Amino acid sequence: MKRFIGFIKKEFYHIFRDRRSLFILFGMPIAQILLFGFAITNEINNVDIAVLDHSKDATTEEIINKISASKYFTIKQMIAREADIETAFKKGKIKAVLNFEKDFSKNLIKEQKATIQIITDATDPNTANSITNYINSILQNYQQSKNKGIVMEYQIVPQTRMVYNPELKSVFMFVPGVMTIILMLVSAMMTSISITREKELGTMEILLVSPLKPFQVIIGKVVPYIFLSVINAAVIVLLSIFIFKMPVQGSLFLLGLESVLFIITSLALGILISTIAETQQAAMMISLMGLMLPVILLSGFIFPISSMPAPLQIISHIIPAKWFIIIIKAIMLKGVGLAFVWKETLILIGMTLFFIGLSIKKYKIRLE
Amino acid sequence: MKKENVIEAHQLTKTFGDFTAVNAISFEVKKGEIFGFLGANGAGKTTAMKMLIGISKPSSGSAKVAGFDVYTQTESIKKNIGYMSQKFALYDDLTVNENITFFGGIYGLPRKKIKEKREQLVSELGLENISNKLVGSLPLGWKQKLSFSVSLLHEPKIVFLDEPTGGVDPITRRQFWEMIYKAADQGTTIFVTTHYMDEAEYCDRVSIMVEGKIEALDTPKKLKEQFNVDSMNDVFLKLARNIE
Repeated sequence: MKRFIGFIKKEFYHIFRDRRSLFILFGMPIAQILLFGFAITNEINNVDIAVLDHSKDATTEEIINKISASKYFTIKQMIAREADIETAFKKGKIKAVLNFEKDFSKNLIKEQKATIQIITDATDPNTANSITNYINSILQNYQQSKNKGIVMEYQIVPQTRMVYNPELKSVFMFVPGVMTIILMLVSAMMTSISITREKELGTMEILLVSPLKPFQVIIGKVVPYIFLSVINAAVIVLLSIFIFKMPVQGSLFLLGLESVLFIITSLALGILISTIAETQQAAMMISLMGLMLPVILLSGFIFPISSMPAPLQIISHIIPAKWFIIIIKAIMLKGVGLAFVWKETLILIGMTLFFIGLSIKKYKIRLE
Repeated sequence: MKKENVIEAHQLTKTFGDFTAVNAISFEVKKGEIFGFLGANGAGKTTAMKMLIGISKPSSGSAKVAGFDVYTQTESIKKNIGYMSQKFALYDDLTVNENITFFGGIYGLPRKKIKEKREQLVSELGLENISNKLVGSLPLGWKQKLSFSVSLLHEPKIVFLDEPTGGVDPITRRQFWEMIYKAADQGTTIFVTTHYMDEAEYCDRVSIMVEGKIEALDTPKKLKEQFNVDSMNDVFLKLARNIE
């Protein structure tokens, strides 16, 4: 046991004396969570729009006021002629133009119908879509407030309600994903690099010639990273609770247990990689290409799995991160207990055992 | 005086698929002996050594190291040997003291003993002023001497040195060999591979491996007589030519 503590101490020296690993361990999680939380978002805020008002009457003014009063839009420019719309877009600041037809109020009263054209800059289709939806709902809102008291026959008013993330905050979607990526990165990449580093330096040979058993060497290399990954997971959860006001509905204890499980899965993958890779660079490349890319693309973190083509959906099943994201989303946002995620948990445990078994086998072959 | 054998190898063989890296070698090494294990690159020296230190299983044949079997008692072998590889193998990002403490620790030395050994070692090597500096900042010669001392830390019966003096200047090599002599005087058996032929002259006995086989084994003096040449270098060249 004393040997073991000495070994772990040495491992911490390695980590704390290497700026690069310190940065990956502690800088990266914080930077990523802040980046995803503040900068990379699907929500729209303070979008600059322009207005071309052909009628300039009471109704259009009311609508314009309502739109500019919302926090989503800022009216940057009043355009006088159709021809200027193009110029406004080309300057790049304006994301949408509202074009009110002539005699807007008059048409509304006389024909019960008036038209607004919403022109959006679709170079970024997602934003364009959101802008259109937001403006539509403001207009609908306005209409409803106007029609109060007037009875109309057959009117269908859909009432949508978004549950679990009512404000559609994208940070709620990103936190589980970022947490997954970071745990994967720290656990799998850092361990595989640190094991291959010993191989490269020749110290692995010295360790294998020592009375330490191979599995003790591996466990000694892995334990510090379990410890650091747990700290990382805690930091991420705290940041999202206190900075992004993300509610964690479910049990923090269960969340912790599931995270430890996923950390062990990733560590097992890291060990597996280190049995294949001979150099630190190879270990890093395999971790990045073999783990990071699938996690980002196929785990449902950014692109929904249900809208992927069937072959990709099948591939996504073998990605451990996919199951972990399902689990932590359910715990964090829906507040469910183990009764609802036991299947996913079992799958993760199974994968972990498989990876550990495989790396032990690989490791033995190497020693022969 | 008849001394006990600390290494006995009999028909020791290692094959990788069709390739025979070590072909039925047999030899003994006596206690306190400096045994030179020579051969060109790729002659099978390192493979043979790996079988003896218990990190590679022989394909056939038998061997005992420090009285323990290389098939079944590798754990006991590991406790009784020291090893220094051709790659310099201390941790660059640990200080001199930390390296000594770490390696003492994995061999299970008690803390008091480690402290004692550390102080002794640091003063012997004259490293008092820099014992808290990172090993990475030391010159290669010092690292190598430190590395050798670390491999002796747990007072092993046998030390295996795999090309220990690669890339060091002649003066340091000289000092290094003085350390080897000192350890041998204290009863430690030295098993050393090298391809510096002048170093071969320093050994009590040398074996020369060519293409997986031991082609010659005797004291440097007798080998020179046998091949009728003046230096070990010529012995080596003659052997290598004969094979070709």
